[in-house]
Amino acid sequence: MAMQFYASPEQIMRDRSEHARKGISRGRSAVVLTYEGGVLFVAENLTSLRKVSEIYDRIGFAAVGRYNEFENLRRAGVRKADLDGYSYDRRDVTGRAIANAYAHALGAIFTEQVKAYEVEICVAEVGATAEADEIYRITYDGSVQDEPGVMAMGGQAEAISGALKEAHRVDLSLGEAVRLAVKALGSVGGEGGQPRTLGAGQLEVAVLDRRRTGRTFRRITGVALTSLLTEAAPAEEETDVTESPSEPPPAQERKAPTQSAGSDDLEILDDIDEAEGESKE
Amino acid sequence: MPAGFDPSRRLPDFFANPGTSSFTQFLSLNAPELLPGRRPLPPGYSADLAPHATTVVSIVCAGGVVMAGDRRATAGNLIASRDIEKVHPADPYSLVGMAGTAGVGIELIKLFQVELEHYEKIEGAMLSLDGKANRLAALVRNNLGAAMQGLAVVPIFAGVDLAATDPTKVGRIFSFDVAGGLYEETGYDGIGSGSLFAKSALKKRYRTGLSVDEAVTLGVEALYDAADDDTATGGPDLTRKIYPVVMSATTEGTRRHTDEEVGAIAEAVVARRMENIGG
Repeated sequence: MAMQFYASPEQIMRDRSEHARKGISRGRSAVVLTYEGGVLFVAENLTSLRKVSEIYDRIGFAAVGRYNEFENLRRAGVRKADLDGYSYDRRDVTGRAIANAYAHALGAIFTEQVKAYEVEICVAEVGATAEADEIYRITYDGSVQDEPGVMAMGGQAEAISGALKEAHRVDLSLGEAVRLAVKALGSVGGEGGQPRTLGAGQLEVAVLDRRRTGRTFRRITGVALTSLLTEAAPAEEETDVTESPSEPPPAQERKAPTQSAGSDDLEILDDIDEAEGESKE
Repeated sequence: MPAGFDPSRRLPDFFANPGTSSFTQFLSLNAPELLPGRRPLPPGYSADLAPHATTVVSIVCAGGVVMAGDRRATAGNLIASRDIEKVHPADPYSLVGMAGTAGVGIELIKLFQVELEHYEKIEGAMLSLDGKANRLAALVRNNLGAAMQGLAVVPIFAGVDLAATDPTKVGRIFSFDVAGGLYEETGYDGIGSGSLFAKSALKKRYRTGLSVDEAVTLGVEALYDAADDDTATGGPDLTRKIYPVVMSATTEGTRRHTDEEVGAIAEAVVARRMENIGG
């Protein structure tokens, strides 16, 4: 007769946690931080499979870990957001509600399924001011943390977030914020503990733009990203610093070439919002 | 809360199920009560139940399309609304207008807008223009039961084909019938009770290669002609300053022409008709 092995619940949870943590720390990292113009997502990503995406008008999503698992969560988040926005109103879709839904889902998966999800996700909502931005970290076991303005996840997240938190200010310009994030991502993983230099091709960068109305998410790629990465390009710095909240983003950013048709459209959403008028708002 | 998170620890179905990229299909599985056309209707013909929205015209112009709709909704012999908006952006590159039962039409447009945005977010890419038109046709088809009981709505869809290689084929117009039939139109089209007169006006005045501004003027004139002969279509209301809703879609995106712009054009049209009543 086969022997029934006994494993204590503590042991089972510990094993699942360890499994999930190992999986998450193997991958590349992503950071999310607020800057004066919104919320910035930077992920180290060599593929065209997205780690950072749009959930709703003012809500973005970033994830690290196992792709099929967080992609499934992302789609569910988009569905929940669109369903709530359709049933109630677009303004009634909040980052906190999405974060809670993810916490519920990940908690249920962690306790009930044999294998925990090896993912860590971030839900960020851009507010009217940098202080009103919300960044939530949801871990594999369903716990949620409200992060104060900056977070790192995946890979050697601890080391990265140390460097980030020290230098982060809410009044960073977009260029400063991108360079800070990229420097933090490159601060680990080099040979012999040396920092690495990350190029535009190794990065996935997107923002939730505080000054836009309607859909605020847009990707920054190509020339726009390269120029942001170039240390202290004087023209760009000046524009960013002197830009007042009522002005549109600098022309160079608005023309940013984008990869997908989807994000391409976001370049012109300002006009659409005027046009939509009361129909959607 | 529809399809929400129940208090049990069970994983909500739509987290576990990868599903499709269509918001309508998602609704039909998780919240069918939110879909128009899924609601049981009492037997009988109820055409007089709700206000009717009327005339919308769309015109192909150089680099895009223009769509214009009058502002009147009627309930029998009464004016139900003087400032209803029948023309809306469907997404950043396309426009949708509706005629028929106003409530059903507004719901149809709202659902269509979410459908397009949802697909774009899930897939990371936009639908093609034909794909969008097909989705709209499917939504109209779902409303057939209600249409047979008098709650018919017919949309018109126009937009920019970003994949077009021929610059004269950038702007495209699609019309629909109540059964969900999808037809591509050449040059211009109109829907609603006044469309017969509006299209007659357009037939005489339309030519290819119009600029956006010329197409806007043409649209406002066509609506004037429709209002001239159809009581359910409202002309430009100069006393209340209520003018047609005019939108254009080009490769730069969609734009609603402001009330000042349209007002100036409408006043010019009215002034010309003072001289020559037939335009």
